[in-house]
Amino acid sequence: MPELKVEVIPEGTVIDHIPAGKWLKVIEILGLTKPNGGTLLIASNVPSKKLGRKDIVKVEGRYLSEEEVNKIALIAPDATVNIVRDYKIVEKFKVSIPDEIVGILTCPNPNCVSNHEYVRPRFKVESREPLKLRCHYCERTIEGEEIIGNL
Amino acid sequence: MDWNGRDVISIRDFSKSDIEFVLKVAERLEEELREKGSLEYARGKILATLFFEPSTRTRLSFESAMHRLGGSVIGFSSASSTSVRKGESLADTIRTVEQYSDVIVIRHPMEGAARLAAEVAEVPVINAGDGSNQHPTQTLLDLYTIKRAFGKIDGLTIGLLGDLKYGRTVHSLAEALAFYDVELYLISPELLRMPKHIVEELRERGVKIHETTDLEGAIPELDVLYVTRIQRERFPDEEEYLKVKGSYQVNCKLLKNAKETLKVMHPLPRVDEIHPEVDKSEHALYFRQVFSGVPVRMALLGLTLGVL
Repeated sequence: MPELKVEVIPEGTVIDHIPAGKWLKVIEILGLTKPNGGTLLIASNVPSKKLGRKDIVKVEGRYLSEEEVNKIALIAPDATVNIVRDYKIVEKFKVSIPDEIVGILTCPNPNCVSNHEYVRPRFKVESREPLKLRCHYCERTIEGEEIIGNL
Repeated sequence: MDWNGRDVISIRDFSKSDIEFVLKVAERLEEELREKGSLEYARGKILATLFFEPSTRTRLSFESAMHRLGGSVIGFSSASSTSVRKGESLADTIRTVEQYSDVIVIRHPMEGAARLAAEVAEVPVINAGDGSNQHPTQTLLDLYTIKRAFGKIDGLTIGLLGDLKYGRTVHSLAEALAFYDVELYLISPELLRMPKHIVEELRERGVKIHETTDLEGAIPELDVLYVTRIQRERFPDEEEYLKVKGSYQVNCKLLKNAKETLKVMHPLPRVDEIHPEVDKSEHALYFRQVFSGVPVRMALLGLTLGVL
């Protein structure tokens, strides 16, 4: 019962099955690093049957929507999300890759205008399996390691 | 499709019917222009040409097209004479220029610059080349040239020759040709083959593709030979380049084995990939191709301005 290694939260969102070591990136992407963003409980390198080792992030007092959480799908494709109200899980879903990735990933093409002007990088998801993204600006496609390397 | 105010950024934004529509309008304008000498559709309208990179044909043909439509032109042909040198952002330059104009044509060394300009500007933006990414008006004028020469695009066998790896022109053209029932010969040295993902996409879209290094072997099959320049700097050593360069010169001897009706195209500028002796032959279509730039760009300017 790895969840018990950190305190059970009364209200909020539990993000489970994050690949070990990726919790910081996850809270960065979700914008949870601000000082007034509420309490976060982190469990890192927790033994997991599915992943070997995993991270868990508990966000107290905030209910993250499916759309918000889907932003982490690129780095935590197997993550599951539990919405907790009054100590009970009232909703559970798996993250899924959205149709468009905005502002998370920078374009690996050094000559892409998105790396030079004040603009949010945007990628269209061309295929999910294998994951292939196309930059909205320079139209280059990126896959695999190149995606992870530019997160 | 409502053309009034539409941006022309990438051939990927076009459907087959969009392409056909532009070609039809261009043909109509070409005929009207021949009859009347000059047109008045864009009277009182101003085109701004923002060329952050040098160009001969594209800039002049856009300017010519706007004048032929009765409109006028402002702009610059090098970024060094503008506030960009002072560090002004592209977005600010666009917001400024759109106060002075009704349509913007932009060429920029960065990929995606035209897309960004279109997002910032209220007036329509036409991409005249963004780095190594897109040059949609070149593709449209290439299709127009083929259609005018053969009366059709369907059923033709088209050879793309030269630098198929890095050349943006051949990538966009191949993508647009995939809308039609064509057979493609991709002729290039091994090092400069068309990227695999593009070839796969073309095959998925039903195009019959032959990849070869053998120009002589392919030539008798072709209706169109689209030649591009092989850039010396792509080759690891000079000797390799010289070997390839020699084997890919299109000259009268090579064309002896071609169909009588074969047309040779080239986006220009050429260096030595087409011998000047071909210029006078019935095969040469590349200067006619230059001419096509005007009616096609007239069509795009007129449509996006909403004056046609």
